Amino acid sequence: MANKTSESFEFAKKKNKEEMKHHLITFASMIVFTLIAFGMVIGDFHRLFTIPVIILMAVVQVAFQLYYFMHMSHKGHGLPALMLYSGVGVAFLTILAMQTIVWW
Amino acid sequence: MSDEQLQTLKPGQSPHEPEKATLEGKNKFLGFWFFLGGETVLFASLFGTYLALKDKGAETKAQELFGLELVFIMTIILLTSSLTSVYAIYHMKNLDFKKMQLWLGITVLLGASFLGLEIYEFQHYVHEYHHTFTSSAFGSAFYTLVGFHGGHVLFGLLWIVTLMVRNAKRGLNLYNAPKYYVASLYWHFIDVVWVFIFTVVYLMGKVG
Repeated sequence: MANKTSESFEFAKKKNKEEMKHHLITFASMIVFTLIAFGMVIGDFHRLFTIPVIILMAVVQVAFQLYYFMHMSHKGHGLPALMLYSGVGVAFLTILAMQTIVWW
Repeated sequence: MSDEQLQTLKPGQSPHEPEKATLEGKNKFLGFWFFLGGETVLFASLFGTYLALKDKGAETKAQELFGLELVFIMTIILLTSSLTSVYAIYHMKNLDFKKMQLWLGITVLLGASFLGLEIYEFQHYVHEYHHTFTSSAFGSAFYTLVGFHGGHVLFGLLWIVTLMVRNAKRGLNLYNAPKYYVASLYWHFIDVVWVFIFTVVYLMGKVG
């Protein structure tokens, strides 16, 4: 029994190590997204081009944070995803409403 | 809480996911994600207010006020602290308490330096530009949004330090593993909010 436990622990440890490597790749891509966003603004591109790109960079980076660093890609995250996306839905409506109030 | 929950976990033992091994842990995990859904809405209302009041009534507009160097350094520090807390949870899953504490300690140092830079930044705006909480609608909206995030950083730091001190001699067990896990989720969420702050407030502020 003890032997079996330690064997499965070794297996889990190996799996964790594998996952940690993916986390490092995630981290490197997040740095790249950040550099692109800052670079676009410093490079002084046209604002109608810059704004959508930096917002896209932010959304992708946040998705990486949620799905990899916060493990939303793992099993058993159905309810967390439901709650978070409900929050995002209300968030979107809130910002939309406040923007339309000051539109003109 | 049973005695079994309080037994110190050591490497080589099951379970592999100590944070979700008990019903209490599972409930904490779910409850915390529900809370994060609510936090998303809270920050959205602050972002909405900021976007609506940006540059309103202010002598110094966002474009002139913000500098990107400091914001870039703060971004990299907070992003790195997110990675170090991933390392902490990695060691928690391997039931290596000491390494987990070490990486959390590094996370706290990075978080504290972020906070220090933010205080310096606010202080700079107040003294150089007279951009204060009460000087304009823009000022109120800016300090409320960014300050609320800074408040979250401070709370997260106090939370993690409390966990580290309180469990220093106890080691990792099924009772405190969920607490550590949930604190790390909170820390990641702080970085999630910051990604939108540096994009919407600072970068879009610079673009105009």
